[in-house]
Amino acid sequence: MTEYAPHLDTNTIVNFGLLAMLLAVLVAIVRTRSLLAAVLLMGIYSLISAVWFVVLDAADVAFTEAVVGAGVSTAFLLGAILLTRTESLTKRWQDMVMPGLVCVGAGVLLFYAALDLPLFGDPSAPANAHVGRFYIEETKNDVGVPNIVTAVLASYRGFDTLGETIVVFAGGIGVALMLGFGERSMGDLPPALRSPVMEALAESDHHVVLRSVAKLLIPIIALYAFYVQFHGEVGAGGGFQAGVIFAVAVILHALIFGLADTMDAIPPELARAFAALGVLLYSGVGVINMINGGNFLDYDHLFPLAFEAGLPGSHLSGGYHHWGQHFGIIIIELGVLFTVAATMIAMFYAFAGRAADVVGEGARG
Amino acid sequence: MADVLFWIDQLGMALALAGGILSVIGSLGVLRFPDLYTRLHAASITDTGAATLMLFGLALMAGFSQEALKLLIAWAFVMLTSPTASHALANAAWSSGQKPKLGAFSLMSGKREPAEADTASGEKGGAP
Repeated sequence: MTEYAPHLDTNTIVNFGLLAMLLAVLVAIVRTRSLLAAVLLMGIYSLISAVWFVVLDAADVAFTEAVVGAGVSTAFLLGAILLTRTESLTKRWQDMVMPGLVCVGAGVLLFYAALDLPLFGDPSAPANAHVGRFYIEETKNDVGVPNIVTAVLASYRGFDTLGETIVVFAGGIGVALMLGFGERSMGDLPPALRSPVMEALAESDHHVVLRSVAKLLIPIIALYAFYVQFHGEVGAGGGFQAGVIFAVAVILHALIFGLADTMDAIPPELARAFAALGVLLYSGVGVINMINGGNFLDYDHLFPLAFEAGLPGSHLSGGYHHWGQHFGIIIIELGVLFTVAATMIAMFYAFAGRAADVVGEGARG
Repeated sequence: MADVLFWIDQLGMALALAGGILSVIGSLGVLRFPDLYTRLHAASITDTGAATLMLFGLALMAGFSQEALKLLIAWAFVMLTSPTASHALANAAWSSGQKPKLGAFSLMSGKREPAEADTASGEKGGAP
């Protein structure tokens, strides 16, 4: 182990400050009985972690944490709470002994394992010495995109990212299996009962400010999603972040203008179809590579070699453009965008559609 | 010329620092004020104002560049969303029957005068 010389520079102070804030929020989450407060505190937790990731120079991860952790998952959890209750049940202490023991045991094991972790920023740590170094040195020759994170995510580790995309897709299907795609309530209920809360919001004159600002912001948010999408090769961002941001624009529309209007604009069938299309697009790129004689998701074989050699500035004819890699990354990121955005929208439809049921049942009973 | 740039940089730092101090003052207000509306007042005004000061300070420090433009766009976004969020919160509170605390309020003791009516039992406000 290398010698550790403690020093207090600004970065260290900010790091410890943010970690202390994370700890404080964590204690608050554990102690609060209100699930609503817990959900909002978890959003704050994600936001602080995102800031911490920025301090650690992990802009892509910070971006994902901010949009997923602090943004859309807070909205989903609020939707879930709307379907259940806002206070957690109080339990007898006897019921909490075993879970408590398991938690303490897991914590002790994690602390024990943490002792073996390399020091923060240690250049000889495995993550920095072997593959990390390889990616940094070879991305320019192998893939030719400026953002190494995107190169690792979409090209070197394209198979892992395919798995993540499928996980998102499977998660959406899981929610749909439990709650439906949201159109059940829309179809069965009379128009008067269609998501009364949101319809009341849209009808009420109190919300003219919200509606004006939302009308202004929704197109900008959607446009920003596409900026993040197509800028992912050169800067922070990519399909996951862009998909979530686009879904947030749609969710904002549903919250302000009513679920029925949003479902007219983006029908649940469309969301379902795009969720599947994204996975198909991603794995389709992999299969095309195999047809052209490469490995699965080896974008160098996205185009037939003779064709790529004829493209201007191709690396096969002495240039520096890896056209197969460029197009492969763009297409699979598009697949990720489709799957993530459509799955998030479908999941929101599922929650919001059931909320209409719950409120409707309350109104009838 | 270099002197002007130096002072612009200093001005940017001063603005950012003022923004930081303003956020601390706003947090104090959120903790100390008696009811939701005054707390929201402290939170929203200082939130928007502090963000404005910080983003303008950072833009001054960034100089005439793309970063400055991005910071100004972020500022425009904050100016649109932050007051709207505060408005939505206050509107929701009012619609659900939350009444502001009125009457004499002793700053020294931090307690309300006992003669005032209970705020929670007010009639439902804002409903059409």
